[in-house]
Amino acid sequence: MSTLTALARAQARMADVAQRVATVRHVHIGTRPMVLVPLALAGEANAPLAALVGDDPATPRLFVVSQPRNRDERFAFAAELASVIVPYVEGFAATTEQVPAERGETRARSLDAPQLVLPNRAGIAFTRLLGRSTRFRRPDGDHPVDPAVPVLGRWLSFLTERAEHPGSCLMLAATEALSLHWASGQSELEDLNLATLLAWIDPPPGVGGAAAAAVGEDPLASPPAGPVTDPGFDNDVLAPLIDAFARTTEAARSESGASAELGHAAVRRARSALERALTGQLLPTWQLVWRALELLRELPAGDHVARRWEADRDAFTGYAAYLRDGGLPQPRRDGAVAAARRLNWLERAQASFAAQRAFDDPLVMAEYRMTGEAFAGQVVAADPGRVSEGAKRRVLRPWITVATADPVLVMPGTVVTSPARRGQKAQVISVTAAVAPGPVHPVMLEAGNGASGPALVALELSGGMGRGLVAPPGSVPEPGERVCYSTLTADYLPIAEFPPPEQTPWTHGGPPAPYEPDDEDAAEDWS
Amino acid sequence: MTDTEARLDQIRGAMPPRPHNARTIAALTANPGCVRRAILDAAGVDKPRLAAASGFPAPFGQSRFAIARGNAFEALVKADGCAELLRLLRDKLGLPIPEASYADLEDVAGSTSLPVRHARTRQLVTRTAGSGADAGTLFDHPLLTLEVGGRLAYLEPDLIAFRLRDRFHVVEIKSFAAIDGQADPDKVAAAAIQSAVYVLAMRELLARSGRDPDLVADEVVLVCPKDFANRPVGALLDVRKQLTVLQRQLSRLALIADLVELYPPGISLDLAMDETGVPRRAASELAAALEIFPARYSPECLASCEMCRFCRHEARATTAALGRAVREELGGVEYVDTALRLADGEAKPGGGQHDAAALLRTAARLRAESLAAAG
Ligand code: SF4
Repeated sequence: MSTLTALARAQARMADVAQRVATVRHVHIGTRPMVLVPLALAGEANAPLAALVGDDPATPRLFVVSQPRNRDERFAFAAELASVIVPYVEGFAATTEQVPAERGETRARSLDAPQLVLPNRAGIAFTRLLGRSTRFRRPDGDHPVDPAVPVLGRWLSFLTERAEHPGSCLMLAATEALSLHWASGQSELEDLNLATLLAWIDPPPGVGGAAAAAVGEDPLASPPAGPVTDPGFDNDVLAPLIDAFARTTEAARSESGASAELGHAAVRRARSALERALTGQLLPTWQLVWRALELLRELPAGDHVARRWEADRDAFTGYAAYLRDGGLPQPRRDGAVAAARRLNWLERAQASFAAQRAFDDPLVMAEYRMTGEAFAGQVVAADPGRVSEGAKRRVLRPWITVATADPVLVMPGTVVTSPARRGQKAQVISVTAAVAPGPVHPVMLEAGNGASGPALVALELSGGMGRGLVAPPGSVPEPGERVCYSTLTADYLPIAEFPPPEQTPWTHGGPPAPYEPDDEDAAEDWS
Repeated sequence: MTDTEARLDQIRGAMPPRPHNARTIAALTANPGCVRRAILDAAGVDKPRLAAASGFPAPFGQSRFAIARGNAFEALVKADGCAELLRLLRDKLGLPIPEASYADLEDVAGSTSLPVRHARTRQLVTRTAGSGADAGTLFDHPLLTLEVGGRLAYLEPDLIAFRLRDRFHVVEIKSFAAIDGQADPDKVAAAAIQSAVYVLAMRELLARSGRDPDLVADEVVLVCPKDFANRPVGALLDVRKQLTVLQRQLSRLALIADLVELYPPGISLDLAMDETGVPRRAASELAAALEIFPARYSPECLASCEMCRFCRHEARATTAALGRAVREELGGVEYVDTALRLADGEAKPGGGQHDAAALLRTAARLRAESLAAAG
């Protein structure tokens, strides 16, 4: 939480409608996303109850487990889900383009990639476990399952793992994607509820955000977005329906002849009553997720969105190829090196994602201006032809002076860059308080005295001006131009060195044995 | 009856004090700074009923499925004389248990009266304490007590205490899964604090009988299902930190007398129930009485206190209702409207608000400028 976002929340509360915290879209919204709304049985580790899934808002597919503790039904559910998700995902691997790779070679990259959208983080967590409980299964052996089940498990495991990568968009949680762009007039905790969050962002005509959110919080008016169901629904509706279904199934089994016919009809009725009830819980959320996608799509995409999506496409292409070559399912747990590597990667990705958003979006950059890591203002003086004696030769080193009202905390010597001229470095020469009118007292601003009024920042520029001693027009900011400089860098930092897996020190458990799933994995209980 | 007890009884009204259990006592630690909560809890007010009667029912419910699952798992762990449990204990406590006896303290010779059962628990536990006998003993459903706000609370006995040689270990059975060796950290944290309640109660029991309270280990055994199946696994959980937190809050409640003194006598939250159990007291009257006790609402209350919807409504104009972090980032300014007026420069900062005002003005300027720049 930053001061700017906090202020936006306060403004949202007062205006009774959500306020923007981004001026451009920072997530990729696919041309053909697939929405998945799962429900789970309360109290169980990972017992699917029902799901709506599909890539067309008008025609969701409904899958229901009518006896949630029955193992066969669970695998039937997984197979049904696989019949929709696996062809959708793998379909994207069919069309690729060649892109330049290292040493003048080229490699394939899928033209597009799948995007699975869930209502919230809890939905992603459920999907991760669903992947975990299905990816080791086998179509043969003592506990055969539909061949699509382990494939679904591997894809879900891949996608949920990817969803932890900052800026990756192969799998999205609607609440998180929305929160990246809007501040509601409620708390972050309450924003985890998709219905109330959307109520603040997009209230019905004539209704305020707070009033709309109150409706979003009422489980009767707005069933929870899952995967946990409303306890009231469980006790009053679901439990009797599940019992009725079990009873009619049992009765039908012991009948024969004409009464068997009646029995089957009763089973069908019980089943469709269950399906209706679950649809009633799922459909509102289904619609909210699609509405969230619509709202996001209306925002113009930030500059870096396409580049991040390329990285997603690369990851997808790589995993599709790995699976095609018969790759093993993901291990149960990361080895020590893999975990450390991952942690390091995540930190870098987080920093880089934040910086990219700041470069793409003045409202995000404002957060850094607030903390003194960036400043914006007007160029008040420029010496574009300044030449300095370098070690070997004379080099072009223009100076500019920027007047800013921001609290500048960068120290002389720091190198900053501007989103408008990313190839150009600017070294801070001095920071002086702009005291006007009267004689100028160059007072060095001390770090920490934040919002102490206007400052003049002198910068020395290098790079981005060609090789000559005369700067091409436009390459040096001119007096009067608005500029913004920050210490952020949007490029990936170099990868930290890690020992290869086989040299894992004993303090980290020694070299891991490569994970080979065994029969026990395939036969693991799912009850 | 002491003055304080009389005052608390009056606040609670005609309803009997609500019995505590490990969960409600653990919940006492959730928002320790809240006076309203401290008084309601010390008085044993039925908060779910009060919340509903004041027009803001608590949003908590428990699914039948979750309860059934919890019971089924517990039954499985305890089946065949706790065979599964003993297997885990041998494993986890790293000690040989040639054989273990099992004592169910659920009812005592047909009596289910709480004092009788508590006396029996006390007798059995203290007799075996320090006996040094090699064979372990499992005490199922021991009925423990804990002093909460000067009142003795009986703890619903859903635990097992295991004695081996000189040590007692609290065993907590939970039905959330540990998958690939990892369980939901929030659930583990909740289980840890609930177990700490039992550790504390066991220690008090020993201390009252002149035994060494440290005979009760501060490591508890958490038992939960492994992966996606029903097979139990055990883990040792160090609850020293939770014990400290819990003790601090319980001693605060013990000082409730000082707290109650601060408010005018005669405040009553009586629901005026008619003979069918329907509250007849006007919601507005209840609200007026409740508001006398200052609350300290933050969104975390939504998960831990039955009064949350009431307090949220009352706090809706505050920055804290948007989250503690929001309030901090806004320079600690209490009301949303003040913060915004300071940000716009409309309001003159009062004493101690100058830094906050400067911060807010910068934030407002940066927001406005950046939104304008983006068009
Ligand atoms: S909900 Fe109200 S009474 Fe309960 S802890 Fe929070 S502020 Fe206190």
